[in-house]
This record gives sequence, C-alpha cells and structure tokens, in this order.
Amino acid sequence: MSHHDLSAPNPSIVALSRRRLLGLAGATGIGLTLSACGIGGGGTSSSGGDNTGTINALFMKQAGFSEADILAMTKAFQGVNPKIKVNPTFVAYEALHDKTVAAAPAGTYDVVLIDVIWPAEFGSKKIVSDVTSKYPDAWKGEMFGGALQTALYQDKYYGVPWILDTKYFYSNKDLMAKAGVEPASLASWDGVIAAARQMKSKGVVDYPLVWSWSQAEALMCDYTQLLGAFGGKFLSDDGSKAAFNSGGGVAALEFMQMTLKDKLSNPSSTQALEEDVRKVISQGQAAFALNWTYMFGMANDPKESQVVGKLAIGQTPSGPAGRPGVNGSMALAVSAGSKNQKAAWTYIEFLTSQDQQNKYAKDSLPVWKSSYTDPAVIETNPQTVAAASKQLDSMILRPTVPNYNAVSQKMQAEIQKCLLGSKTAQQALDDAAKAADDILAS
Amino acid sequence: MTGLRRAARKRPTGARMEARLALVLLLPSVVVVFGIVVYPMLRTLLISFFNVDTPFGGRFPFVGLDNYTSILTSPDFWATTRRTLYFTLVSTGLELVLGIGLALLLIAPLRGRWLLRALVVLPWALPTIVNGSLWRSIFDAQYGALNAVLTQLHVTETYHAWLGTPFMALNLVILADVWKNTSLVAFFLLAGLQTIPRDIYEQARVDGAGAVRSFFSITLPLLVPSISIVLVLRTIEAFKVFDIIYIMTRGGPASGTQTIAFYTYLQAFSDQRFGYGSALAYLIVVIILMLSALYLRLLRSNEMSAL
Repeated sequence: MSHHDLSAPNPSIVALSRRRLLGLAGATGIGLTLSACGIGGGGTSSSGGDNTGTINALFMKQAGFSEADILAMTKAFQGVNPKIKVNPTFVAYEALHDKTVAAAPAGTYDVVLIDVIWPAEFGSKKIVSDVTSKYPDAWKGEMFGGALQTALYQDKYYGVPWILDTKYFYSNKDLMAKAGVEPASLASWDGVIAAARQMKSKGVVDYPLVWSWSQAEALMCDYTQLLGAFGGKFLSDDGSKAAFNSGGGVAALEFMQMTLKDKLSNPSSTQALEEDVRKVISQGQAAFALNWTYMFGMANDPKESQVVGKLAIGQTPSGPAGRPGVNGSMALAVSAGSKNQKAAWTYIEFLTSQDQQNKYAKDSLPVWKSSYTDPAVIETNPQTVAAASKQLDSMILRPTVPNYNAVSQKMQAEIQKCLLGSKTAQQALDDAAKAADDILAS
Repeated sequence: MTGLRRAARKRPTGARMEARLALVLLLPSVVVVFGIVVYPMLRTLLISFFNVDTPFGGRFPFVGLDNYTSILTSPDFWATTRRTLYFTLVSTGLELVLGIGLALLLIAPLRGRWLLRALVVLPWALPTIVNGSLWRSIFDAQYGALNAVLTQLHVTETYHAWLGTPFMALNLVILADVWKNTSLVAFFLLAGLQTIPRDIYEQARVDGAGAVRSFFSITLPLLVPSISIVLVLRTIEAFKVFDIIYIMTRGGPASGTQTIAFYTYLQAFSDQRFGYGSALAYLIVVIILMLSALYLRLLRSNEMSAL
C-alpha cells in the first residue's frame, strides 16, 4: 500500500459519514424536545375513589417536619386506616414545584406538599383540587391566619396548612459574649450591623452574618423579610405593577449589598441555601442568620452541631418599618389528577390534625392556635414557641399571582447582579421591575 | 429487497410469510421510532405554535410564530445562547486537545498500559450527577477541598468563593465537564489511532520526518474521521448541557451559568410556558444542526487540503 492511498480516505465514505453524522446530530438534538404536554388531550376527570387503596404523596426533604417525622406519622395513619396504603416520596424543595407540575397530567401523586407561593398558580391551572367545601367552619377560627393564607387563593382553599413557618433570627450567645455584644442590641438591623462590626473588629469571627442568597427562592425569603422591615412593597395596590423598585424595596437590597461589601456577610452566602446556612451556624462560623424553625432543633443536636445550647432564636430585627417575618408556610393538597381523592383527603386530615402536629412540634410548630398554650407543646420547644408567639402575628406574603414563579426568577437573577456588584440596587430592581411588569401583563 | 422480490416470483406463499415475518420483526422498532421519537417531535412542533400554559390537555390560543419571535427578540435568549456557545466551544476544544494528547499516551507502548487505560475511563464512567456533586464540593467556598489545599500550601491566605462570580463559575463548570468527557474523546481517538498502520511512521522516519512532522502530516490527517465524529457528538452534548449545571450551580450566580437547555427547562416546567419552551427546544435543534454542518464542512475542506 502506498502512502498516498492511505492518507486519502475514499471521498464517498466521507460523504456518507457526513450525511449520517448530520442525521445523528438532528436526532440527538431533537431528543431534547419537550413532550409531556398535549393539545386537545384528555382532561382531568378524576373519580373520588372509595377511601381505600394506595396513595402516593410527595414531600420535601429539608426544613419543616423531618423525613423521619413524616414516616412516623404515616405509620400511625396506616395503623388506624389499614385499608389505605401510603407511598411517600421525598425530594429537595428546589425540585418540588417542577416535579409537581411534570407529574400532574399523569396523576402520579395523590397528595402534594405546596408552598405558600403556589396556590395561585396550582389553583388557577387546576393542578390541585379546590377543597373549600371540605373545610369545617371551625378551622377558620382555630388555625392561625398566616397559616390559612398558605392554601388560599381568591377565597378558595387549595389545601390544608401543615407547616406554619417563618424565618426567625438566630444568634450565637457564645460569640456575642466574647465580643461583648448585648442581646438587647439585636432588636434592630442597625443594632445587628453594629454588633457584627464589633465582632469582626475584635476578631471573634471572620464573617458574623451568613444568608441563603443563592439564585433560588431562599433568596426571595430573606429579601421579603428585609423589604417588609424597610417598608417596601412587592406590587402596586391593584397587583398589576411591580413596586419593589422604590423606597423600602431598594433600601433592603442596598442593606444586603452593604453587608457583603463590608465583609460582614460570609461571601459564600450568594451560593448558599438554608441548609448551607445551617451548617455554617452549626460550626460556630457565623453569629447571626435568618432561618426556619428546623434549624433550632438541629443546632441543638450534638450529632449535627458544635453550638448545642449556644444558639438563641428570636423575632426578626426591626427596620424603619417594623419587624415582620416572611410567611414560609406550606400546605398539603390533593392533586387534581388523583384517582383517589377521598383517601388522599383522609390522609391529609390525619397529618394536619392537632394531635399529630403537637407530637412533632420540635421541627415545625402547629398551625393550630390553641397548641401554643398547650404545656406539652411548649415543653418540646419553649424558646421557639416564645419566639413564634411574637413573630407569627406579623407575617408578609410574597405576591399571590399565578405567574409568581417567573417574577421570582427574574428578581433572583437581578438581585444577585446587585449582590455581586455588577449593578446598583436601583438599577437591578428597575430591570427586575420592568421584566416583572411584562410577566404580570402577559 | 430485490432478493425478496425475486423470491416472491418463485414461491409466492413462502415469500408472503417471509414479508409478514419481516413486518412483525420491524414492528417493535417502528413503535419505538414513531412512539418516542417522531410523535413527541411533531407534538412539540405543534405546541410551539400555541400558547400552552398548563401541563394538561385542553384548548389553547393559536399564536402562530409568536413564541419564536418573542424568543428571538428576548435579550435573555441571546445572552443564554452566547453563554452556551462559549461553554460548547471551550469545553469541546479543551476536550479535543487533551483527548488527542491522552490518546497518544494510551497508544504508546508503556508498561502497565492496561492500568492506565482503565484509570482514564473512570471519570467517564462516573454518572454526571456524581461528577457534579464532586466538583461542587471541591469548589465549595466554606468546606471545599480546593480552598483547603491552597491555604495549606500557602498559595492563598483566605478562602475563595470559587463558584461565586458568574464568569468564574461558568469556567469551573467547564472544567468539571472537561474532566469527565476528555476520557470519552480520548477513547474515540484511540480507536482511530489504532487503525493507522505503524509502517507509515517507519516510512516517514526513513524519509527523515521527526515526531512533530509525523504527527501533523500523518497522525492528524488520518485522525480526521474520528475527530469529526467525536467533535460533532461532543458539540451536541455540550450544547445541550443540563445535568452538570443543575447539580453544580442551578444556573447561578446571577444566571451566569444558565445555559440554553437549562433556560428552556425553566421556561417550560418552572414557569409553565410550554409553548414557549417547545419553540426554544426547536431553536436549539436548529442551532445544533447549524453547528454540526459548519464543523463537518470545515473538517471536510481540511481533509481535502491534506491530500
């Protein structure tokens, strides 16, 4: 064989392979196309079922009741309802919304855990069932108002409140004592900043504050608290336009940016979720943070934490306009596609019952008002109940609009641009407001 | 086919049975191809012309090409496309260069070559989800191994938030992708290298060509068919990148690692804009076809010039 023959591949082979490669390219690329949704496909007629059979339930892995709590509750439920079999599934909070949407047409899950920001979307798109008619009147008086809002959209209930939660302010008493910071000074954000500066200058801790500011809903929860404290509003009064790009909304973001610039906040905050905050706090590497109820329980668990007994839980610090908490409650809903609506409702009734909620109050406080004076509940978590009785009175909601998710994503991205220093607070929020107005109008 | 027809003329009944058998045997692949490839493709195309905003069936307003025009006029789409092109070109380029080097190493007659080959295939054998988690924990600002190593070697004094800035995060996700996929490229090219007869190199050496000259005049031109296959495959894969982004950064910070597939997913499943998402998916296909055609054209003209 000559050299020339070998280095010159047969042109026809090349042409063939080229065409085949293009075909391959097309086929593989098209593999990405979305299926799942149909035009003129089957509707969502669902029979009630007869209160027996198997139900699938979708829960989240972090915050609120732990996986072990939920499995124990489910076991207790099956003890009294042997004819209903429950299969619980647990996913990360970040995957909960999308999984619920994607599974809706198939009716994979009978019971889904929904966040306070979803009833507008899930209700208007008929992903979850309207259960208003099943609500006993008594519930409306016996549950906290903030909890009831969790499942409410346009005067209809789309679920039963189950996790009544807000972000509390956590402080490390040990680190504060080392820096000579008085607990009373933490009543306002100004006081917290002064305390943080003092800690930093005394070298007690490198970054006194840590936050869950990654590009996720967690960022919106922290921003909501600050927006409320600084007197801002998300939307105009008629809900048609963004209003967070003036007054308190801008002041809140400027505050957030300042804590990063002055190195008072841990730089990892912009990549952190609540679990990351919990880890940093549990290692004693930060003194102050906002987080959900569950962090208190875990921070006092010697297996999970090096700050057992050193953490205080309290009301959020106040800004110029008060000290509200973000409403981070969640509800259990019957999915509209469920073939077993009755059994699903029976299961939800059981999980949300006062008995069950009181029993696991350590990880998530009950939605029932009378639980907060029940000595057994107070005993499980005296400090949390004390903080809750103040905080739960003033909670603010994120916008209850069907396309909140799209608005939130825009805001997360723009807020991060400000936190990372590529835009001023005003510019970032103006850009977010412009995008939000388009989304709200669509 | 012609064989079949000729047989049909001779023995009609047997041939009919044979044809029926052929149909039965073909049926599974027909079902697969039409059921899970062609049908979803056409369905997606149809949906892309409607304003579909729920996962359920129903009647939706027909919007014609509105989804496509609003995508093409959206600054987010162009920013995401530029970012994805950067990801694709840099990761594929690095994988190719490193892959060629690695392939040359793997074909070299070294002692323990089998061990080397087994080791090299390991990163590719890891599921992407594991790879993503691995690199995310390495780059973690608070507990990451990279910060620990650098501070213990006194290279840096303080911890860095590696995934904290958009451009840096994008490059580090590329690094994670390159680490995983270079092995695949290397193995493809190794297969190509093994088809090149050794005696060409001997002949070249007799003619006075050095190692560098042999590489550029023999190895590289003869590798072009393998390179083009692996280049097209990797370009498609890189352009569709989703899982490693989902695991490492979820598109953050400040959307700096949001690639087109991730953006499409968010539009479709998080925002429930299924029509818009479907249109985006079709645009991705078009971009990938264009990229592949361009690559193949370039490679083909290179091939001709090598003659």
